[in-house]
Amino acid sequence: MGQIIVVGAGQAGASLVAKLRAQGCEDAITLIGEEPVPPYQRPPLSKAYLLGEMARERLYLRPESFYAEQGIALRTGTGVAAIDPEARHVTLTTGEVLPFDQLALTTGSSPIRLPAAIGGDLGGVYTVRGLADVDAMTGEFSEGRRVLIVGGGYIGLEAAAVAAKKGLQVTLVEMAPRILQRVAAPETADFFRTLHRSHGVDLREGVGLDRLTGEGRVAAAELSDGSRLEVDFVIVGIGIRPNTALAEAAGLAIENGIRTDAQGRTSAADIWAAGDCASFPYRGGRIRLESVPNAIDQAEVVAANMLGAGQAYEATPWFWSDQYDVKLQITGLNAGYDRVIRRPGAKEGTGSHWYYAGEQLLSVDAMSDPRAYMVAKKVLDAGGSIPAEAAADPDADLKIYMRR
Amino acid sequence: MAKITYIEHNGTRHEVDVANGLTVMEGARDNNIPGIEADCGGACACSTCHVYVDPAWVEKLPAKDPMEEDMLDFAYQPDPTRSRLTCQLKVTDELDGLVVQMPEKQI
Repeated sequence: MGQIIVVGAGQAGASLVAKLRAQGCEDAITLIGEEPVPPYQRPPLSKAYLLGEMARERLYLRPESFYAEQGIALRTGTGVAAIDPEARHVTLTTGEVLPFDQLALTTGSSPIRLPAAIGGDLGGVYTVRGLADVDAMTGEFSEGRRVLIVGGGYIGLEAAAVAAKKGLQVTLVEMAPRILQRVAAPETADFFRTLHRSHGVDLREGVGLDRLTGEGRVAAAELSDGSRLEVDFVIVGIGIRPNTALAEAAGLAIENGIRTDAQGRTSAADIWAAGDCASFPYRGGRIRLESVPNAIDQAEVVAANMLGAGQAYEATPWFWSDQYDVKLQITGLNAGYDRVIRRPGAKEGTGSHWYYAGEQLLSVDAMSDPRAYMVAKKVLDAGGSIPAEAAADPDADLKIYMRR
Repeated sequence: MAKITYIEHNGTRHEVDVANGLTVMEGARDNNIPGIEADCGGACACSTCHVYVDPAWVEKLPAKDPMEEDMLDFAYQPDPTRSRLTCQLKVTDELDGLVVQMPEKQI
């Protein structure tokens, strides 16, 4: 019987081990995670769980009993210190050595933190990545308190929506000229700016954070426009970095993440990678995706390939975000777009933005417009397109562009 | 608590007890029943937890909200009356005896 070790017990790790067993793998499987809890869903951390609308157990991707039932050794609260690709073993932080025949790295990513030099290590400064982060900050969410959110990406905006819903005084600063600068068009940024302001969020763009100040605990923020803000706590959402340190120390190739081939193999024999930490070939280039659907799909392909399937991973990127009563669904990647077409939704406050490069549809942001999202997803996943004139016409039936 | 029967597309039946407050999707997930994927974890964002509800149950379930209706319209081979997204079906005592069938595939 072979030994499979999976390092990283997030979405990708959990999907990978479940798929191995579902495909009939009879090897010994060990899933190693640093956090003290079984694998769980992260998206609700900045949404329903932060709002207090979802119990902790419901976050678990599988009940705790699942792993034992499936003969998977789940080792939570366990750190990995090193990987030896030649000797084929991993060394835990406790010194214990575990041999492997095949190893999968699903190490995920870590939030970028504010440097200590500008007050990043003060009490009351939080990031949103793990259950422990959110459990630590929920006590801060009482009505009337003043929160500063640093970063106008999806995490910052979702945290702002929860805080505003709970009656906090919310200020959000984004140092770029606008929110969602890196990930969405100005049209989508406009939609969410208006939405947040209508809920009372003091949203300031082109304004960075100079420093946080306080005695042990944050009390104020100095902003790049010279203003000073008294705050009760701070949430930092300024991006994530792939966890590549273990792989790099083991001599694996790194290229904006752990480099894999189309099947998910790293540069070392019998070592695989999937999820946030992995960069893989995509349409002649190489990308790394930070999303749950990618973690699931890529991990499942890697699981099949560890059993010899020889499948290439064909990413069909999609994302979602919940803010107030708006559900944003995104299909495709908008990199390289040269224009954006607006398609009004059936109801007030809904609609979609269609990104094109020339005549080719690349991506759609749908705001509480699941029909626009679904039709675009089906067409894009099949490698097709939809004429911009049709997308712009709310009366045009787009279903005719779907291949059945 | 409700006893729910999940029938895979190949006919395999799974009869399990699901606690009140969970969703029909979570009942399948927690019992390792294949055929319901629920990639988004229950956010009504992906339409991969689609089932056909037994005809006898169609009228007994709470109505679909517009979001669910729209997502279902693009599911794989939806049925206008029997199709539901299981992440939107909250389990209560009233659902005791519910029977759902999984489609051939999700989206």
